[in-house]
Amino acid sequence: MFRLITNQMIVPNIHLLTLEAPAVARQMKPGQFVILRAEEDGERIPISVSDWDAEKGTVTVMVMNVGITTDRLASLETGISIPTVVGPLGNPTKIEKFGTVLCLGGCYGIGSIFPIARALKEKNNRVFTVIEARSSYLFYWEEKLRKVSDRIVHITRDGTKGYRGHVGRLPEIIKSFQEPVNRIIINGCTFLLKRGSDVSRPLGIETVVSLNPIMIDGTGMCGVCRVTVGSTTKFACVDGPDFDGHQVDWAELLQRRKTYMKEEVIPHRTSRCEEHARKS
Amino acid sequence: MSEPKPKKVDLNRRGMPKQLPEVRRHNFNEVALGYPVKIAVEEAERCLQCKKPKCVLKCPVEIDIPGFIKSISDRNFTAGARILKQKNCLPAVCGRVCPQEEQCEEACVLLKKGGQIAIGRLERFLADWEAGQGELEMPKISPFTGRKVAVVGGGPAGLTVAGDLIKLGHQVTIFEALHEMGGVLTYGIPEFRLPKAIVNREVDYLKKLGVKVVKDFVVGKTRTVESILEEFDAVFIGSGAGLPWFMKIPGENLNGVYSANEYLTRMNLMKGFLFPRFNTPIKNHKRVAVIGGGNVAMDCARVALRLGAETRIVYRRSRKELPARLEEIENAEEEGVVFDFLTLPIKYAGDENGWVKEIECLRMKLGEPDSSGRRRPIPIEGSEFTLPMDAVICAIGNSPNPLISAVTPGLEVGKWGNIVADEETGKTSMERVWAGGDVVTGAATVILAMGAGRKAARSIHEYLSSL
Ligand SMILES: Cc1cc2nc3c(=O)[nH]c(=O)nc-3n(C[C@H](O)[C@H](O)[C@H](O)COP(=O)(O)OP(=O)(O)OC[C@H]3O[C@@H](n4cnc5c(N)ncnc54)[C@H](O)[C@@H]3O)c2cc1C
Ligand SMILES: Cc1cc2nc3c(=O)[nH]c(=O)nc-3n(C[C@H](O)[C@H](O)[C@H](O)COP(=O)(O)OP(=O)(O)OC[C@H]3O[C@@H](n4cnc5c(N)ncnc54)[C@H](O)[C@@H]3O)c2cc1C
Ligand code: SF4
Ligand code: SF4
Ligand code: FES
Repeated sequence: MFRLITNQMIVPNIHLLTLEAPAVARQMKPGQFVILRAEEDGERIPISVSDWDAEKGTVTVMVMNVGITTDRLASLETGISIPTVVGPLGNPTKIEKFGTVLCLGGCYGIGSIFPIARALKEKNNRVFTVIEARSSYLFYWEEKLRKVSDRIVHITRDGTKGYRGHVGRLPEIIKSFQEPVNRIIINGCTFLLKRGSDVSRPLGIETVVSLNPIMIDGTGMCGVCRVTVGSTTKFACVDGPDFDGHQVDWAELLQRRKTYMKEEVIPHRTSRCEEHARKS
Repeated sequence: MSEPKPKKVDLNRRGMPKQLPEVRRHNFNEVALGYPVKIAVEEAERCLQCKKPKCVLKCPVEIDIPGFIKSISDRNFTAGARILKQKNCLPAVCGRVCPQEEQCEEACVLLKKGGQIAIGRLERFLADWEAGQGELEMPKISPFTGRKVAVVGGGPAGLTVAGDLIKLGHQVTIFEALHEMGGVLTYGIPEFRLPKAIVNREVDYLKKLGVKVVKDFVVGKTRTVESILEEFDAVFIGSGAGLPWFMKIPGENLNGVYSANEYLTRMNLMKGFLFPRFNTPIKNHKRVAVIGGGNVAMDCARVALRLGAETRIVYRRSRKELPARLEEIENAEEEGVVFDFLTLPIKYAGDENGWVKEIECLRMKLGEPDSSGRRRPIPIEGSEFTLPMDAVICAIGNSPNPLISAVTPGLEVGKWGNIVADEETGKTSMERVWAGGDVVTGAATVILAMGAGRKAARSIHEYLSSL
């Protein structure tokens, strides 16, 4: 059993959970994820790790409340234990001295991009962090991000902070840096990943995305997480979750993510990212 | 041969009561109901008690078959259960899922006359009888040796190693990647063939003997083999053959195309058939095709059928070559699974929403036998046809998962990703590391995995005793 130490709604609909999972915390690297179950009869869901403390034996995740399991997780009281926290799963994000790296995070990815930015900074990269949200009140961890970034840029769809619009504004933002960007790393919802890759392709900048297909075991056993990357089938849980965003078959991924749409009640709280992404 | 003079040999192999096909196709309860005492005794009395029993030679763990059968005819069930347990720590499982018709029962001298003893059913009878007695008898446990063994994987291989070594006084910890123990017994084989209560009972028994169980722990990820070796004197890897194969044909990533592992895991491990009481969703498909002809394919088909789908098995050879157990083929047929033999899927086509809607197939004919001795299927040109379908389950095979070997440099791996281990001892190329079961042999059987576990346990014990 894994004890929940903190559960705080950090911004509307996104919950910061800190869990006691010492074995996981000891091995954790940026870009990896865990699989959680909120209760004994519950589903297994993959969640990226936003921070961890190997000494205290804790991991911190950002859970966006979109369905049954995330809703249960969000409503858990601190002190309670949940039955499964397994990981770290997936391959860590590749961290090297790349030069200048643009880290782009949206929704839960604002959290999970943090350890990546931190590790990049430790390798002496210049780190430009771009965070995206529907409105300014949905940003969190800006202080933490600022400490590990050379610059922070905001995009809001309502224009309440930084650039107005969606990730379609990325090329302008990059231009405004007046220095070349050597790599883009994107964490967040599928539409952010896709749209970000679409707009970076013409710029010829290598773009790494952390994919989030449906998963069950997270160890390469079931194959539900398969994605097509550069015309070969990959299992995102063991071959990824990071892939070259310019090679991903996005239509297929978006389609496969909808498999259980009908079965699972979709609460009104979804981010309506798709709609907005199309517009901007 | 030293068989007793045939008195009047009773060749009437006693049938085992089953749920009727039209009833069981609507439920997930066990299909075969087990022998009542009277019939078990009758069946046991048929055994000739051969002096040199051939049946024993074909049981991979060499159970004293005439011995346990005799205790049934003597109605001394306690003694019989003890005999079973000497060689087989999971008799309730093996009695149900062993391919007896090609093992012990195939070697029974009465086979020639068509009256081979139902050894598996008798084994199951004893194991179930014992379970019905409440508290299980506790074996003697040697005093703690001070040695620690880590077992990777809670399937039949790992459970066997754990059971054997704990009795010899070593401390044993099992690390299991999933949130339930049992391996394929839990996530693969469906409830109606192997009730999960039986698997849980066996795992609880091991825990009572003192085996420590750590679930939700992926060796190679949560901790490497090397790091485990720092804390433990020996490691046994029994991580199974869990990597699903696909056919690599167009359309395989459409929605509604599953690997057998995904389909069965949703159903068994995650109890999808109880959705929405359990959260893991499962679709109510109308027409399901299962590709393949082994036990795994039969299990998928029978699960899909129970969820109300019109279900077919699509297999490229003929009925004779089906690798599944005969009993399960017959059960599937009785329940109404349709078989398309000599049929090869070549492409899946989807609808506008990305859901599979039909399978394009080729008709096959059988040619000369191939290296496996089975006649090779050859496509018949121009025989393309389509089967409308809203789900496809690919059950064409599994190989060992490379997750551990990929991060364990000292571990020698074979062509299929299998860990290379000595057949007699289970020793791998790495010091203090043993392996056995499907991860070494590729997908095989429960009893072979247990046999490999037993041998490895013996070798590990020898090593630990030499320290
Ligand atoms: C590697 C990986 C890392 C992930 N990291 C995180 C993370 O750090 N934080 C996080 O909140 N989520 C993360 N996700 C997504 C998360 O796993 C899903 O949101 C979760 O499985 C939903 O489970 P549920 O039972 O609450 O919703 P369900 O009841 O399973 O789903 C409800 C419906 O919402 C849709 N849906 C699912 N996820 C999303 C989403 N993210 N946005 C919009 N709609 C969605 C589904 O298609 C479904 O139809 C990650 C996924 C992967 C594969
Ligand atoms: C659907 C189906 C039906 C079958 N029917 C029959 C039948 O009727 N009769 C028969 O004899 N055989 C049958 N088999 C085959 C039989 O189940 C297997 O041969 C047997 O279970 C192999 O045992 P094992 O212990 O080697 O591996 P498994 O049972 O596969 O167990 C391996 C365990 O290791 C765990 N694991 C894997 N990787 C890691 C890791 N990195 N860290 C920690 N744990 C890990 C897995 O989660 C799993 O629990 C069937 C198989 C399937 C899939
Ligand atoms: S373990 Fe299997 S092969 Fe051995 S006697 Fe029992 S059923 Fe037969
Ligand atoms: S089961 Fe068959 S082979 Fe074995 S002892 Fe009895 S009669 Fe002989
Ligand atoms: S989640 Fe099952 S193989 Fe990736």
